[in-house]
This record gives sequence, structure tokens and C-alpha cells, in this order.
Amino acid sequence: MSFSSAAAPSLALAQPPLADISPAEKATLAAVGLGLLALLVAAFDADAWRARLSLYAALALISGGTLAWSWLKFGRRPAGVQQNNLWWRSSTSRGAVAWVTAVVLTGFYVLLYWYSSPDEQGNFGLLNGLVHALDPFSQALRARPADQWFLYGTFYTLAILLMGGRALWKYRHSRYQLIRTFSVMFFQLGFAFLLPGILQFFQQPEFYFTYFWPLKYDYLLPGTVDYLVQNGQALGVFMVFWGAVMSLLATPVLTYFYGKRWYCSWVCGCGGLAETAGDPYRQLSDKSRAAWRWEVRLIYPILGLIILVTVVMWLNYVLQGAILGSLADGLYRFYGFVIGAVFSGVVGVGFYPLMGSRVWCRFGCPMAAYLGLLQKHFSRFRITTNGGQCISCGNCSNVCEMGIDVKQYAQRGEPIIRASCVGCGLCSTACPRGVLNLENGPREGRYQASSLIHADSLRILS
Amino acid sequence: MRLLIIGNGITGVTAALTVRRLRPEAQITLVSEESEHHYSRTALMYVYMGHMRYQNIKPYEDWFWRENRLTLVHATATHLDAARQHVTLHDGQQLGYDKLLLATGSVSRAADWPGQHLRGVQGLYGLPDLARMEQSTRGIEHGVVVGGGLIGVELAEMLHSRGIGATVLVRDAHYWGSVLPPAEARLVDQQFEENHVAVRYQTELAEILGDAAGQVRAVRTTAGDEIACQWVGLATGVTPNLTLANTSAVETDRGILVDELLQTSVPLVYAAGDCAQHRQPAHGEVPIEQLWYTGRMQGETVAHTICGTPTPYRRGVWFNSAKFFNLEYQTYGRVPARPEAGIDTFYWEHASGRQGLRINFRSAPGFAVTGFNALGLRLRQAVCETWITAQTPIQEVMSHLGAANFDPEFYRQHEADMVAQFNRQFPQHATVLRHRKGLFFR
Repeated sequence: MSFSSAAAPSLALAQPPLADISPAEKATLAAVGLGLLALLVAAFDADAWRARLSLYAALALISGGTLAWSWLKFGRRPAGVQQNNLWWRSSTSRGAVAWVTAVVLTGFYVLLYWYSSPDEQGNFGLLNGLVHALDPFSQALRARPADQWFLYGTFYTLAILLMGGRALWKYRHSRYQLIRTFSVMFFQLGFAFLLPGILQFFQQPEFYFTYFWPLKYDYLLPGTVDYLVQNGQALGVFMVFWGAVMSLLATPVLTYFYGKRWYCSWVCGCGGLAETAGDPYRQLSDKSRAAWRWEVRLIYPILGLIILVTVVMWLNYVLQGAILGSLADGLYRFYGFVIGAVFSGVVGVGFYPLMGSRVWCRFGCPMAAYLGLLQKHFSRFRITTNGGQCISCGNCSNVCEMGIDVKQYAQRGEPIIRASCVGCGLCSTACPRGVLNLENGPREGRYQASSLIHADSLRILS
Repeated sequence: MRLLIIGNGITGVTAALTVRRLRPEAQITLVSEESEHHYSRTALMYVYMGHMRYQNIKPYEDWFWRENRLTLVHATATHLDAARQHVTLHDGQQLGYDKLLLATGSVSRAADWPGQHLRGVQGLYGLPDLARMEQSTRGIEHGVVVGGGLIGVELAEMLHSRGIGATVLVRDAHYWGSVLPPAEARLVDQQFEENHVAVRYQTELAEILGDAAGQVRAVRTTAGDEIACQWVGLATGVTPNLTLANTSAVETDRGILVDELLQTSVPLVYAAGDCAQHRQPAHGEVPIEQLWYTGRMQGETVAHTICGTPTPYRRGVWFNSAKFFNLEYQTYGRVPARPEAGIDTFYWEHASGRQGLRINFRSAPGFAVTGFNALGLRLRQAVCETWITAQTPIQEVMSHLGAANFDPEFYRQHEADMVAQFNRQFPQHATVLRHRKGLFFR
């Protein structure tokens, strides 16, 4: 007899009820919830001391709760791929929880960018309470009062450290993931938070040694170059030199040897947030051909635009505004608003729970476009497919935060060489058959497919 | 050419894609009763566990079929008239063909156990099974899985992911006794233990017991024990799906009989994949192959024959892979479960019990390497295949072992330890490790 039923009229799999969350997990999540409430108190309590107390209580509750929850959820189970119920949970499958999270995150960015600039009395709008609660910490680190960007930097760094802790538990079976996660935590804390603060403490220009043109486009624009040279003396000159060398020399060289991952998933702060706080959302990136078409339609014009802005700004500088006048400034402001603020901030992070963690990196970042062109055409990096072992299961595509349909290559035995690949390595980690491996090797035969499977010649992307 | 393919699994689809490449003008139609589009059968478990949704396990987007002019028919083929060269569908529609490929796959196999018709008893082969499992495992406390093979461990992992207790009944003294040597099976057993899945070895199903409502309530084992459960998964293998073939003169045995060109006894009708039974399998090979990989290879081979280039099916160096909970498994070449005369075997295991490597080689001079089993380690297929094909001596393999390492960057490399242990065990072949892992050494 046959145990396979005949074609059922409907194969839709109804969502199963999720298993109960353990009391211990509930307690840690409750601590995080209390921490968020305490943040509200810190934001709106008129009493400065109570606000400060609330803020530190909030940070302690959120930190302790997140780390304890991560351990309960991932640390106690045997080490390995832990993706159970990913697409069943409301928070990670664009359910109600995800929408609420997206609205809150987006709202925070809107407040931060447009409603928290200080007025004459040093009042930071709706974020005023939170900003001032950080004053003592800011004084200790930077020898100056906090502002909205210091608040943002503190939250951002904390998010990377706490969710980095979660990623360390979750991916502890993979040394590649452990080391890479340590790397993004280190660069964020050291180079994107502490060092700029310490520079300010010593009355030096605030400078981020891990952000380069064209992502941090200011660093190669005449205004910033002038400012650094005039205010930082020798150190300022070094900063300008560092920025230029990293953008124009180190980037091509490092990308040649290691692919764009040396930056995007090991150093960059945007990548750091995506790999840690964004890790629960990586599966939400759209893998369709339609999404890929939008990707190339957006990211390369944005790279072109920032190159144009840079050229125009320098022309204007050299010609002392003779020809272009206010046009250059207008272009600069337009780019700063649409790309710098709306795209990279509001959409880039606010939409994590709906569109995945790399919306900005994939569709908008000019640095990613630049690195991608280098990776595609002048690099030794590729993801090798192991012979004919692929079973087309789709786990690799599922975890790709950049929306690459990895299995299209794997099931044809082809190496994966895509401009967008940030080399996070999750496809290799998630592959149940050991098919994928990130490798740097000779460029000859880099595109060579395995002879153990005969790739069909039907095109996937066009 | 009008090519009609019955079945949209990996075999039928690979054949369709290969024919499209070889014959851009061919009219190709795929008929499937199971699903509108091709999906990865091996990934069903991930849908149940919530790692992916059904749309994520489709290897191609839906536009792919239309753009490559592959006509999909979601219907049951009920009758084959080979004389008139047409297939009848369940709605009476007739599809004519110039060439027909039967790639109808398998159905779950079951002995005649008492109680196997009770509600809550099923196999896992296709989408309808998955939907059924979804329904009947909801809110239950315990499930029993019958069978110590690849589907058995998958079912146990699926239940485990939902917090459902599982007991696995295994006929042999160790897991997958027909394929894995005892040492490797012990590593798999450790996975069962770590994940709190009970396994009863040398135990078979005797009877499935139901309640008054016709729902399974327990199983009785051959050891006489009764295990309370609300669901029973039968994972004792699959058998070729002959439903359509048996409506015609196409000769069948356990499967659809084919020659080495994958032609059936009826002209213009071919069979490939799970449903095909080779009349004369090559030495050491089985007549019916039921793997994703062999399905894909047969599909590609038969496409060449269909397009006018008669191509015998040659499987090449055997390979397979699986994952048991968190333990990955890859095998290349021949690694029998029991020691074989004339074959020496080297087995290394990490102290953690999470990595194991077995390499077999001939005892006779030449000492050619014959097979690899890797557990918790990834090996480079191209390198292993080259070594096996070239009958590379074991000494050379051991000294170049790093070339076969496919583990991700920064993973601990164990080759030095492996070679040291090999030298102790086989002083007559003693060697030094010359190649560590890396592309430079290929």
C-alpha cells in the first residue's frame, strides 16, 4: 500500500501554535521590557537625577535581560544551526511584532534626525531627557556634554555589543562566525565609539577611522578636509591622509585579497549592526529577480551621484563658487537628506524587521557599490561550491542578508561571485551538506564551475 | 520534438533543463500530481521546523518555467497508451508525445504492520505527507519513528524542534547499520543522546495500537514493550511509484525496468530516477537508486539519449551526504559498513566525538585509496574523487590530506593529528603531512 496521499487540493501549511516560552525566558524578556519602560521614564522625567537613575537602570535591565535571554535561548542547546520556528514567529516573519518594532525604530530615527537638534537653551526636543541623562558619561569620555549624536552612538554601540553577545552564543559552533562577530564588536566599540570620544577629550577633531569615502563622503569633501587640517594640525593632516589612503589605495588592495567582506562584515559599523542586531531579520531580504533589478537600478546611480557631488564640490572649491555657486551646495544637501539620512538611517535600520538587515547596504550604500565592483572584477574572493553535493534545499539563500539566491549557483556547481556578497559566511554555516566555502585564491579559473555537475545554461539574472 | 515528462522532481526537472539546453526548439511538458512547481524534497523537514517556508524550498522562481518555455501541468496522469503515444490525465485530457520520460519517483514503503491504517500513522515523502504531519503532530506529546535510516533521523529532528518527545526504533544493532560502520554510528548516537531522542536498537515494530476513535495511542515493539504515542512515522524506505507504468505494457519488476540508456521495454518511453530499476547494474551498484544526486545524474543522462545522443548511465565515483541533528556527514567512494577482505581502514576521531574521518585503501601493493567517510568535517569532493579515480596510494593521500579540507576559514585543522595516528597504526605507510589546507595546494 502507499503511504503517500494523492494530490491534496490545498497544500497550504497552517501555522502551528508555538511551543511555550520557558518561565526563565519570560523573566529575561520581562527585564528587557522593564528596561524599555525605564527608558521612557528617563526621557520624560523632569528631575535630572531620577532621569539619570532611570537611564542607567534601563541600560542595566536591557543589557542583562538580552544577554541572559540569549544564553537561555541559544547557549543551553547543543551548538549548531538554530533556526527553529524562524518563519513561524511573529517577530521574525513580518508579523505584528515585527511591524510594531519597525514603527518604533523608524520613529526613533525620525526623532533623531529632524526633531532633536538643540535650540538656544540646549534643549534636544523629544530626546532631551535621554541626551542629558548621558551628560556625566559624555563628560567622562569626551569632556563635553552629551548631544543627540552621542546618545545615538551609545545606543548603537550597545546594540552591537548586546546582540553581538547573542550572535556569539547562537553561532558558537563556527569559528569563522565567532571571530567575525568579535571583529565587528571590537571595531564599533573601539574605533567608532571610544576613539572618537577620546579624540574629543583631547580637543581633537572627532574622527572615525573605520568610515571612508564614499560611505562617509564628507571625509573627502573640501569642507571637512579644510576643517581637519585647520583644527587638528598634524593629526588632522594624518586623518585626511588616512581617509584618502583607505578609500583609494587600501580598499582596492584589501578587496583584491579578501573580497569586500574585509570591510562590510568585519569592520563597517552599518555592517556591524546588521550582523548583530539585524541577525534575526536576515532571512527577510527579498531573493527575487525583481529585487535584484531594483538593487542594480539604485546602488550604481547612487555611487555615480556621490562621485558627482564630490567632483562638483571640489570644482566649486577650486573655482571659489564662481561657476556652480549654490548649485553645488544644493546637490550636497539633497544627497545628505535623501541618501545620508532617509535611506541609510530611517529606511536602512528602521525597516530591519520588514525588509531584512541589509536594505541600505544592498540598495543604497555607495561604498558597497564600489567594493562590489572591485570584488566582482578584481578580487581573489569567491564562495566555492563543493562538487555536486548541493541538494537545492535553499538554506543558503534563506540566510543571505544581501538577498542573493545562493542556491542558484550552488545547484549548478558554480562558484558564487557577486558584487553584493558581503562575505558574512552564513550560507556556508547554514548549509547542511557542507557545500559552500568562502575562499581567497588565484583569479585564474575563478568562475570555473565544478565538473561533477553540469550547469545548465539557462540564465537566472538578466 | 514533443517531450512529455511525468514527474517534476529533481530527475524530471534536470532532464527538462538539459533537453532545453540541447534542443532549444523542443516542446517540453512536465506533469505532476503533487505540486504546481518543482520543490526540493530533501528540504521538507526545514519547512516543518520553521527554518523556511514552502516558497523558499522551490529551486527556481515561478517565472523560470514560463521564460524557458517549460509547460507545467498540475494533474494526475492516470493512463499511458504507448501504442498511440499519449498519456491521459485524471480529467480526461490527453497529452500526446514523441518521447516520454517516466520520472514518477517513489512512494513510502511499509510492511504489513497491524494498525498501520490508524490515524496518526504516516510516512514522509511529499508535500501531502508534510501537511498531514503538520496536522497530526499538533499538540501531541510523543511520537515514535520506525526506521534507522536518513528519514528516521529527520523525523526525530522534526519532532524535537517542536518540543515533541521522540523514540526511534532501529532494527540493527547501531544506527544505519547497512551503511555506517559502528564507529561512525556511535557519533550519530551521541547526537540522539544530546538531543534527548530515545533510540531502541535491535527493536522493530510489532504492532500499532489504536483507541476507539481509530487514532494511534501506542506501539508495541518486537521486544514486547508498549510505547505510548500519538503519532507514528514510518521511515522504512521508499519503493518505486509504478502506478502509471502499470497501466501500460512497460515492463516492471520492483521498479520500471531500464537498460543502461535508461530506455524501458517500450520504444520512445524512458524512465529515470527513483522509479527506474536497472536491468544490469554496474558492479557493486544497486539496481534502484533513490537519492537526490542519482536522480539528478540520471535525469541529465537520459536527456542526452532523448536528444539523439545515446548515453549510457555511468554514476561515477559514489558520493552522498546527510546531516544528523548537528553532525554533517559526507562520503566519497566505497566505505562498506563491515570490514572487507583486501581493504584496510583508517579511522580517526576527535576526542569531542564531533569529528570523525575514515579512509579505506587496498591492502595489496599500490595501496590505492578507495573511500572516505567524514563526520563533522567537510571534504572537497573534487579532490577525493580525483584520488579515488587515480587510485592514489594511501601514503600520498595522507601527506596531502590538507588539500581535501573544505572546512571554513579559522576552523581547527586536524590533519597533523590524523597523520600522526595513521603513522602509529600503519607504520609501514608512515608519512609526513606536506600540505595543509588552502587553495594554493590544490
